[in-house]
Amino acid sequence: MNINFTLISQALAFSTFIWFTVKFVWPPLLKAIEERQKTIADGLAAGERGKHELELASQRSSEILKEAKQQAAEIIQQAEKRASEIVEESKKTAKEEGGRIISGAKAEIDHEIFSAKEALRQHAAELAIAGASKILRREVDAKAHADLLATIEEDLK
Amino acid sequence: MAADSELTPTKYIDHHLTHMTVQVNEGAFWTLHIDTLVTSILLGFLGIGFVWLVVRKATPGVPSRRQAFVELMIEFIDNEVKNTFHGNRHVFVAPTALTIFVWVLLMNTMDIMPIDITAWVTENVFGLHYWKIVPTTDVNTTFALALSIWFLMIFFSVKVKGLGGWMHELFCTPFGKNPLLWILNLLFNFIEYVSKPLSHSLRLFGNIYAGEIIFLLLGMWAATGVAGAFFGAILGAGWAIFHILIVTLQAFIFMMLAVVYISMAHESH
Repeated sequence: MNINFTLISQALAFSTFIWFTVKFVWPPLLKAIEERQKTIADGLAAGERGKHELELASQRSSEILKEAKQQAAEIIQQAEKRASEIVEESKKTAKEEGGRIISGAKAEIDHEIFSAKEALRQHAAELAIAGASKILRREVDAKAHADLLATIEEDLK
Repeated sequence: MAADSELTPTKYIDHHLTHMTVQVNEGAFWTLHIDTLVTSILLGFLGIGFVWLVVRKATPGVPSRRQAFVELMIEFIDNEVKNTFHGNRHVFVAPTALTIFVWVLLMNTMDIMPIDITAWVTENVFGLHYWKIVPTTDVNTTFALALSIWFLMIFFSVKVKGLGGWMHELFCTPFGKNPLLWILNLLFNFIEYVSKPLSHSLRLFGNIYAGEIIFLLLGMWAATGVAGAFFGAILGAGWAIFHILIVTLQAFIFMMLAVVYISMAHESH
């Protein structure tokens, strides 16, 4: 237990070790730890931001969904309206077409009637002339009355 | 352990407690305990070098297992310092605490080494008859550390408060500014300044030295025969396990006291 020069040597060794630690050991690790702390803090902040953004996005998506639903409803409504319009229109055109067909048919019928009448009249005139000529053949010369017959025929037409 | 035929307990213990000395100059003071010096410097290189090697490649990202271990230790120390010291601890105090803890812990840990085996190795492998491998059982080591801290304490007192402020503190605290109390204050502070390094160094020295002595006493069981050797081994193992606690605790206490002393020097009363 004697104090001697070892004490001074040990003190020198001690101060050298302290100097080394202060200069070379402590700063790099402190830097690393501080950087990591910063990274962690940044990460936490980023996470917070992400959460916030997610909230905003979900809000936006629900808004878009609502809008889309509304639009779809509008489109369906329009389509229904259009469909009823088309039905209405086609009904109208069908009616018009029917009317046209009917009027055409009526005209044709009228024409038919007219031509039938004409034919009948012709026929009747011919029959009358034939009858008259049969009667007249006995007493009247056909040649003499041909002009008369022609006028009658003309009248009957 | 020397293979002397007339080996007595006294000789056994004496042998283990004798330093290898080198005379650097004339006079008793100029003796150098070369074993203390070489072992402690080797341990310092080992411990602080290890920390340095790990720290050199320290990444802020995911730490390796070794880095995590060093960080754990450093953050523990840093935390202790933070609670005690209220200045910028990164400039000096925290690294100093780290140095003290690592170095003292390693020097104390040499105490757990099986004394007779290490003695055999130093004698037969390195040819060193006397070689104490526990530097903290040398009072020179503990005094060197404590006195260094003591000088730092005075240095920081003067640096922070100025020479006048320090003088004022020496004369006017703790009892008051009254000139009648100056002598009393000075006496009180003198006792404090003397007792601080003494208790600081002798606490560490005493604990580790006593542990060493107990290992030696347990080692002597081997002299009583095979059963005694066996019994001594069991007791030695128990004491070694308990000693892990003492060794760590003493290193921690030594570090904490150093931090507290330096912190007190920074604070004015």
